[in-house]
Amino acid sequence: MSADSGPHVKGAAAEEPSRRDFIHIFGAAIAGVGAVGAIVPLVDQMNPDASVRALSTKEVDLAAIEPGQAIKVMWQGKPVFIRRRTAEEIREAETAQVSSLKDEAARNDNLPADAVATDMDRVTDAEGKTHPEWLILVGVCTHLGCIPLGTAQGEVRGDFQGWFCPCHGSHYDLAGRIRKGPAPENLRVPPYQFVSDTAIRIG
Amino acid sequence: MVHQSTYKPGSALESWLDKRLPILRLAYDSFGDYPVPKNLNYWWTFGGILGLFLVIQIITGVVLAMHYTPEASLAFASVEHIMRDVNYGWLLRYIHSNGASFFFLAVYIHMFRGLFYGSYKEPREVVWILGVVIFLLMMATAFMGYVLPWGQMSFWGATVITNILAAVPVVGESIQQLLWGGPSIANPTLNRFFSLHYLLPFAIFGVVALHVWAFHIPGNNNPTGVPIKDVKKDSLPFHPYYTVKDGFAIVVYMTIFAVFVFYMPNALGHPDNYVEANPLSTPAHIVPEWYFLPFYAILRAITFNIGPITSKLGGVIAMFGSIGVLFILPWLDTSKVRSMRYRPTAQLWFFLFVACCIGLGYLGGQPAEGVYVVWAQILTAYYFAFFLIILPLLGVLEKPKPLPKSINEAVLRKNPAAPALQPAE
Repeated sequence: MSADSGPHVKGAAAEEPSRRDFIHIFGAAIAGVGAVGAIVPLVDQMNPDASVRALSTKEVDLAAIEPGQAIKVMWQGKPVFIRRRTAEEIREAETAQVSSLKDEAARNDNLPADAVATDMDRVTDAEGKTHPEWLILVGVCTHLGCIPLGTAQGEVRGDFQGWFCPCHGSHYDLAGRIRKGPAPENLRVPPYQFVSDTAIRIG
Repeated sequence: MVHQSTYKPGSALESWLDKRLPILRLAYDSFGDYPVPKNLNYWWTFGGILGLFLVIQIITGVVLAMHYTPEASLAFASVEHIMRDVNYGWLLRYIHSNGASFFFLAVYIHMFRGLFYGSYKEPREVVWILGVVIFLLMMATAFMGYVLPWGQMSFWGATVITNILAAVPVVGESIQQLLWGGPSIANPTLNRFFSLHYLLPFAIFGVVALHVWAFHIPGNNNPTGVPIKDVKKDSLPFHPYYTVKDGFAIVVYMTIFAVFVFYMPNALGHPDNYVEANPLSTPAHIVPEWYFLPFYAILRAITFNIGPITSKLGGVIAMFGSIGVLFILPWLDTSKVRSMRYRPTAQLWFFLFVACCIGLGYLGGQPAEGVYVVWAQILTAYYFAFFLIILPLLGVLEKPKPLPKSINEAVLRKNPAAPALQPAE
């Protein structure tokens, strides 16, 4: 059923685009557009649905947290670590040289992507205010997504006194920055802001 | 060696059907009178065993799906419901979960057999490639199936493995979110994994059909690697010779399987998976099922950045590369001799490779620290060197032993007293 077997097509004329060629191209193009139209909903149905997207912010009351304590709250199905650092812990986090870090980026969703991982840039909220006492992090190891230990009292906090991921041995410091182990990036700082002196909204 | 049809319809009804749908002819020509090299050893019985296990997994899986609930707050309880309340539920679930392990054990033996006897070489490249596709589909199916009980290992194993996708530059995170259906593993993920876990075995079934079709074109390889030259002298019909041999191997393999199902059904599992999934607490030590451990070890062996490639992406590339390299194996092995029986040097490297894979399996189950990491790096290096350096070079450097002139000659040389085997009439 090739095109040049038709009675109306002569050998030389087969070189020229014929009406039959047009039908083939046009038909294939329409079928292609139809296929794309079918694939879009079939793939997009897998993306987060409206009920999942609706749960995108969370308010947390910080009043009960003592200096030196840390808590874990759920946000978007993931844990968020909130640590109230002592003056000594803040000093220790500030002494680390950015150039000595494995990941020099701040990884703070409240700052531009090119911000560097100084202690100050790790505790800046969405309004640009810094609260050195409050360290707020997404508690998901940037290596393969385990929950690092070190939030609850008595848990291993690793070589840098912050968090330690038991899965593949990543050590995070008191500003949640990766210092040792396979994780490529600092713990992410989620978008958050203080809605009062003792409460934050994450997301 | 395309086999000419020898099917003769036995009755008027068969004759009538043969003119309309020659399905009995196809079955007879493929599994009845089909000529098979007469020297196949027991390593060749694992194909049949694999076919049986695919059927076992599909049947027990379909039945389990009648009682399982793919919803995050109910899934764990529904599995316990299967274990305690459903009639014979414990048996069906233990067959299904241990069946996955025995499926992989058989596929690994089958693959090592193909590697040793050069079954991937011309003209069986497509057979081998389809086999690797089946292996990948099996891994995807098993991975998603393990998530369904929604225990701690289900949840955290899935978290670790889907997080490796995020290492892919640019599109990684969107793919990850598309797979999860949200910002983390949750109910939408469980739902889609259940759907795909039900679908993929049928895809495997289809590719298996292509795999079988493809090896029926050149015919079976055999331990000498020498093709059939004289069908009368070198081959035997599949039935009854290999139906019986495969059947015997199946009985032995199923006996070992039964020991696991009835006496140690949880020996290959992990106790943490009897704790319901908790997104706020990671188990101290996440390990995948045993059949993924070698690949897990390779993933974790890359702990250093390579130029612009981070250690995380490097691990992912190495892990996928370890399977990807199998696709090009037919062109990496430059030796004209198929069977390693006649390749004294290649043989040694092969057994070292088997030991390397077992060693990687051991390391994948150990914590990723200290000397374990160093060993995983050494073995990962050997894994790739075997395919990318050793096999290409050996084809040039190695002097193979002389090949037998025919399968018949090889059989007689091994056992000179035996009369030449003739098919029973």
